[in-house]
Amino acid sequence: MYEIIEKEELGATIKLIKIHAPLVAGKALAGQFVILRIHDEGERVPVTIADFDREKGTITCVFQEVGRTTRELGTFKEGECLRDFVGPLGMPSHIENYGRVACVGGGVGVAPVYPIARALKEAGNEVISIIGARTKDLIFWEDRMGAASSELLVATDDGSYARKGFVTDLLKEVIEDKGIDLCLAIGPLPMMRAVCGLTKNYGIKTVVSLNSLMVDGTGMCGCCRVTVGGETRFSCVDGPEFDGHQVDFAELARRSTIYKDQEKISLERYEEKGPQPHRCRCGGEE
Amino acid sequence: MAAANAKKAIVPQKNPMPAQDPVIRAKNFNEVALGYSEEAVVAEAKRCLQCKNAPCRQGCPVDIDIPAFIKKAADQDFAGGAQKLKETNALPAVCGRVCPQESQCEKYCTLGKKYEPVAIGRIERYLADWELAAGVKLPATASPSGRKVAVVGSGPAGLTCAADLAKRGHRVTIFEALHIPGGVLMYGIPEFRLPKAIVQAEIENLKKLGVDMQVNAVVGKFATLDELLESGYDAVFLGTGAGLPNFMQIPGENACGVYSANEFLTRSNLMQAYRFPETDTPIFAGKRVAVLGGGNVAMDAARTALRLGAEESWIVYRRSRVELPARLEEVEHAEEEGVQFQFLTNPARILYNDDYWVTGMECLRYALGEPDASGRRSPVPVKGSEFILEVDTVVVAIGTGPNPLIPKTTPDLAVNKRGNITADPDTGATSKPGVFAGGDVVTGAATVILAMGAGRTAAKSIHKYLLGID
Repeated sequence: MYEIIEKEELGATIKLIKIHAPLVAGKALAGQFVILRIHDEGERVPVTIADFDREKGTITCVFQEVGRTTRELGTFKEGECLRDFVGPLGMPSHIENYGRVACVGGGVGVAPVYPIARALKEAGNEVISIIGARTKDLIFWEDRMGAASSELLVATDDGSYARKGFVTDLLKEVIEDKGIDLCLAIGPLPMMRAVCGLTKNYGIKTVVSLNSLMVDGTGMCGCCRVTVGGETRFSCVDGPEFDGHQVDFAELARRSTIYKDQEKISLERYEEKGPQPHRCRCGGEE
Repeated sequence: MAAANAKKAIVPQKNPMPAQDPVIRAKNFNEVALGYSEEAVVAEAKRCLQCKNAPCRQGCPVDIDIPAFIKKAADQDFAGGAQKLKETNALPAVCGRVCPQESQCEKYCTLGKKYEPVAIGRIERYLADWELAAGVKLPATASPSGRKVAVVGSGPAGLTCAADLAKRGHRVTIFEALHIPGGVLMYGIPEFRLPKAIVQAEIENLKKLGVDMQVNAVVGKFATLDELLESGYDAVFLGTGAGLPNFMQIPGENACGVYSANEFLTRSNLMQAYRFPETDTPIFAGKRVAVLGGGNVAMDAARTALRLGAEESWIVYRRSRVELPARLEEVEHAEEEGVQFQFLTNPARILYNDDYWVTGMECLRYALGEPDASGRRSPVPVKGSEFILEVDTVVVAIGTGPNPLIPKTTPDLAVNKRGNITADPDTGATSKPGVFAGGDVVTGAATVILAMGAGRTAAKSIHKYLLGID
C-alpha cells in the first residue's frame, strides 16, 4: 500500500506528505503529477509532484486543505496509507540551459516549482526564484527554494513578511533589471494569468503548469481539456505544462468551477459527519 | 425418448426475461433484466433442437460448445453447464448480459429461421450466476511452465488472455491503469446493465487461478513496454482498449456541462457519482440532456442521465433509426424508460451563457443521401433547417480512439494511421517480437466478446511463442 512515511505542517493549512511509492518514484521527473485517492469512496485527486527520492522510493506531495478530500488528507498521520496512488503522470518539464530563468511560485504552487527550479539550475541556468503568498503563514520552503536557486525573492500580498506586493511586482523588477530568457509560473489561476500578461509584453516565453479537474489522468475522459493556441488539449497527457501565452485562462477558470456547488455539499457533509469509515490503516493503528 | 422429443410441440417464442418496470427502473441503478427463474431456464433450454451441426457455434467469437451447455441446463445440471461455459469463456456472467447475441450465436439458431431463436444468452447468464452463487469450481491448470507474461489492461481482452495463459501454467501479471480492474466493464458499462459485483466476482475467480493483479500501474509511465520486457517478462499482451474520446470539433464544446461519454460514464460507473455525496466524486446531469451518437455507449449515457434525475434525455443522431449501431434491445430499453430520439439531426454548435454553462445546441436536420464507403446512406444537411434544442448537458458519444501512451513510448511498435496497434488477426502478433495485442486497441471500439475472442487468440499464440512452437 501507499504508506505516508513522513508528514509535516508547512503552514496554517499547507501540509506535506512523503509517500512510499517506489514504482512512481523510480520514474518521476520534475513537472509530472500523481493521482491519489484517500479511501474506498474517494475521488481521484491530481497533485503535482513536489519532490522524489528514487533510492528511498518516495514521492513528496504538498497540498492545501481547501476541499473535502484535502481536508481529510490533512488528518492522515504517519503510518497511515493512501488507498490509491498512481503516476508519474503527464509530461515532465522540458529542462535545458536557457540562460537566466525566473521560477515563480504562488501559494501552494511553490512546491511543484521546487524540483523544476532545481533541475533548471543543475542544467546550468541562472535561476531567479520568486515566491509569494497571501500572508506570512502561507510562505514555506524558503530554505529549499533558496538552495535550488541562484537568487530568491519573496513577497506577501499583505506585507506581513518580506516584500509587500505580488510576485508579478518582483518579476517585473527582475525583467527590467536583468532580463530573463524564460519564465516558469505555477500557482493559482489569477496569478499565472497575471504573470503571462506581464511577460507577454516583454516577449518572454512563459511556461505554466495547469491543475485542471481530472478523473483518470491518462487521456481517457477529457475532463481536463483546455484550449491552447485555439486547439483543445488534454492537461493530463499533453500537459500539465503549456505555453502560458497560448492558454485560454478565462475558459480554464470557468471550467475549474464546474463542481463548485457539489464541492460545497461534500465539504459540509464532511464537516458534519467526519471522515469516511473506509480508511486504510495499514500500520497506523499499532 | 428421442421420438417423443421430436414430436414435442415447438414453442415459437423465447421465455420472456423478467425485468424491472420501466417507470421504476428509470430512477434507479439496479439491474434492469432480472434473470430467468430455474423453471424458465429449463423450459428455454428445452426449446433447443440440439442440432448435430450446431450452427450457433459459428456465431460465437470464443467458440463455446453451445448445444452442450444448453443440454446440461435442460437436464438441470447447472454446475455441469457452467463448467462447459468456463471451458472457453472466462467471463460468462458478463457475456450473458452484454453480448449482442442477436447478431452472433442466436442469429444462426435453426429455430430462429421460423420462430424466435433459443435465448442462448439468457441461459448462459443463468448458469454463470448460478455458479457464482454456488461457489466457483476452478478449472484445471497445467503445471507451472516457468514463463512470465505481462498483460496490459484488465478489460475483456486482457482478462480473457490472462485466464487462458494461467490455465496453461504461465505466470501472469495484469497491469491496470485505474484503481479497480475490469476496464470498460467497470468504467463504461453501467451498473443497471452489468452489476459491478458480478465483474469483481469474475475477477476474483481469475485471481484464484494465480493471476497477479497490479492496479494503479500505467504502462508507458511507470515503465515502458521495453522496460517490462527487460524486467523479466517473456511476452506481453496489450489490451489497452479504446480509451481516447472523440469530440465533435464544433464551437462551444469545452463549455461547462459538455462531457465525453467516457467521462460521464466513468464518473457514474467507476467512481459511483450516482451515490454522491456518499461517494466523493461529483457529476452534473442537468434537467435536459442531449447525447450525441447512436451506439450502445450513447444509449448507456442517455439512460444514465435519466437515472441521475434528468427530465428529458435525448439521443441526437445524424442518421435514421434503421442505421442506429446500438443493439435493438438497448434501444428498446431506452425508449421504454423515456429516452427520446432526434433522428437525422446533428449539432452545428453548442450554445452557452455568460458563465460558460451550456444552454442549448443549434442543430441541423439531415436527409439521407447516397451510400458511403460503409454502405450506409450518408446524411447530408438540409439547408435552412436550423433549430435550437434547449439543453443544459451535452454528452458526446461519437466513438473513441486508442490510447497512445504505449505506442508513443515504444518506437518499434507499428500502428496504423488511426493509431491502432497493428496485429495479425489470426495470431495477435504485433511488429515487435514477443508482444501481442488484441481488442479495441487493435480493431477500434467494438464489443466485449470480440475483445475476448482476440484475447483468446493471442493467448494461444503466446503459449506457442513461449514454448517455441511454430
